[in-house]
Amino acid sequence: MNPTTTTDPRPGPEQAAGPDRPPPLLHVDDLRCHLPTRRGLLRAVDGVTLTLERGQTLGIAGESGSGKSMLVRTIMGIAPRAARVSGEVRFDGVDLRRLPAREARRYLGRHIAMVFQDPSSALNPVVRIERHLTEGPRHHLGLSRAAAREKAVQLLEQVGIPEPRKRLRQYPHQLSGGMRQRVTIAMALACDPALLIADESTTALDVTVQKQILDLLQRIQRDRDMAVIMVSHDLGVLAGRTDRIAVMYGGQVVEEAPTPTLFAHHRHRYTAALLEAIPDTARPRHSALHTIPGAPPDPVALGPGCRFAPRCAAALPRCSTDVPHLEPAGDDGHRYACFAPTGLRERP
Amino acid sequence: MTTMDGRGPARPLLEVEDLVQTYRVPGGTVQAVSGVSFRVRRGETLGLVGESGCGKSSVAKALVRLPAPRAGRVRFDGLELTSMSFARLRRVLPRMQIIFQDPVSALNPRRRIRDIVAEGLAIHGVDRAGIAERVDETLRQVGLDPDLVADRRPGEFSGGQCQRIAVARAMALRPELLICDEPVSALDVSVQAQVLNLLERMRAERGLAMLFISHDLAVVRNISDQIAVMYLGKIVEIGDADEVYRHPAHPYTRALIESVPVPDPTAPLGGDALRGELPSPLEPPRGCRFRTRCPLARPSCADAEPPLTPIGPNRSVACHYPLVT
Repeated sequence: MNPTTTTDPRPGPEQAAGPDRPPPLLHVDDLRCHLPTRRGLLRAVDGVTLTLERGQTLGIAGESGSGKSMLVRTIMGIAPRAARVSGEVRFDGVDLRRLPAREARRYLGRHIAMVFQDPSSALNPVVRIERHLTEGPRHHLGLSRAAAREKAVQLLEQVGIPEPRKRLRQYPHQLSGGMRQRVTIAMALACDPALLIADESTTALDVTVQKQILDLLQRIQRDRDMAVIMVSHDLGVLAGRTDRIAVMYGGQVVEEAPTPTLFAHHRHRYTAALLEAIPDTARPRHSALHTIPGAPPDPVALGPGCRFAPRCAAALPRCSTDVPHLEPAGDDGHRYACFAPTGLRERP
Repeated sequence: MTTMDGRGPARPLLEVEDLVQTYRVPGGTVQAVSGVSFRVRRGETLGLVGESGCGKSSVAKALVRLPAPRAGRVRFDGLELTSMSFARLRRVLPRMQIIFQDPVSALNPRRRIRDIVAEGLAIHGVDRAGIAERVDETLRQVGLDPDLVADRRPGEFSGGQCQRIAVARAMALRPELLICDEPVSALDVSVQAQVLNLLERMRAERGLAMLFISHDLAVVRNISDQIAVMYLGKIVEIGDADEVYRHPAHPYTRALIESVPVPDPTAPLGGDALRGELPSPLEPPRGCRFRTRCPLARPSCADAEPPLTPIGPNRSVACHYPLVT
């Protein structure tokens, strides 16, 4: 253990707030979400600890099945009913998991909003855009119908939808995919949340529209000083748009660091493999891309040791028997869980 | 067997000329493809790039007459497909295969992998013993163990594995041309790399020609020899892949390149995002179709539609004020 050198009195590896600053906006401690299935217990989220400061953007990266979507759903309290959830989710100092269900729902609806991958399924096809946008503010903020409608017009303007008054009377199918995603973002912003969670919110879109939506999210985040959690399988999407990135594998965070550190000085072999899999446009054509051999671990049959060991080219004997824990790797809150880290021995 | 020789290397395997495709929709008739021409030689990959709705998938489907194009010519190995009888077309189609974006819905969930891969062979009259052998061989080629997968059904596989199975089904017929319609868009970055490597290996080992359709220029740049960029039913730029990527001549191509997320937090996020979205193909803008979203548009761009004009060897652009001349 190499303790951080800040004067921070709080425990934990996070470079946390100073003594007189309020608690972090979101602190997740040893969060687990286990789902009983016919084949056995599916450990979708298996001990995640994360901190998000006010106004910050945290990226969560990982492949399909790494548990990143289930993690944000568990934070939001919308994990499947059968799930066994344990651990702590502190939002603004309030332990959400200890609130009575109804109160937690009201609290979450008011302060945390979520944008999903598929805008079509997030919108009700037989409900006009207006009601999608006014329902939240009327319920959570107690606005009158007229006030809520005015707010809806403003929201549509903010997310760059032309002719907002006309759009309010339309149905979701009358809008393009990009426009629909803008509407779901407007819905998410309707109650002025302190935290916005975007779960693969641009994955289904064209690269051009993806850039528009990402630019929009970034502008809104700055304007409102909102915190954002951005979930994506594509580290390229997270690169220029996050303050920190947590890389997930097999239901756990395997590396977390400020974004520049993660790209320049990543230590975990899985992070390295994910980065190498991105097509590099500077390499000659027809050159083979780096792949990660094998498949992600079966969350029902997780072996002992490091979960990435079976696919890791640098695995040591102990990797398949001992569990690596997240260890701090510097004073910027960089943490990784790897016995055979990259970039330490072979390169300066 | 596929032969790379004897047919005259000078003649392209696929020649498409002035392809037009229209569909009837509630609001009128949409011209999804408005006069597209390109060539693909054996062993070569043409990347066809553009946003949703630009007509790139319509091109792919029109090539194999799903449905037949409204106008234009499609010549495959010198055979004119558009006017051919259906009986003759059926004998040519095994030589050109398509794989689609969503591998899970492209595979019949109730059939075994063995039967899925064998289907085309059975239709085209390969005998039973030959089929079994070819299925095993093809599954091995795409990196799947026939003993482990042949008797299972698509639901038991991940998206990446299903796409391998779809590639196996296409490759079992030993095609000379593989049309890939957004084959990796639904896959994770890591799995995407596996499928791209697989396609690349098939091309190199079998001298396969490929038409690779994608909205992601970064993916296309790596796999393609030539790139054609489509906008609202027309090719706006075509040329050598490296040239097009390094020195885009059309403002739309440049915008597409700038939209690709760069895996480097120190890199600038690129210029302004392309304004707005693709206009309705029911009423394409007058003059240059891209002018409504073009950062460099001038009033004169509305007057006439720019023709696709050569600006170098094997390189053309359709812009009144190209970035490269």
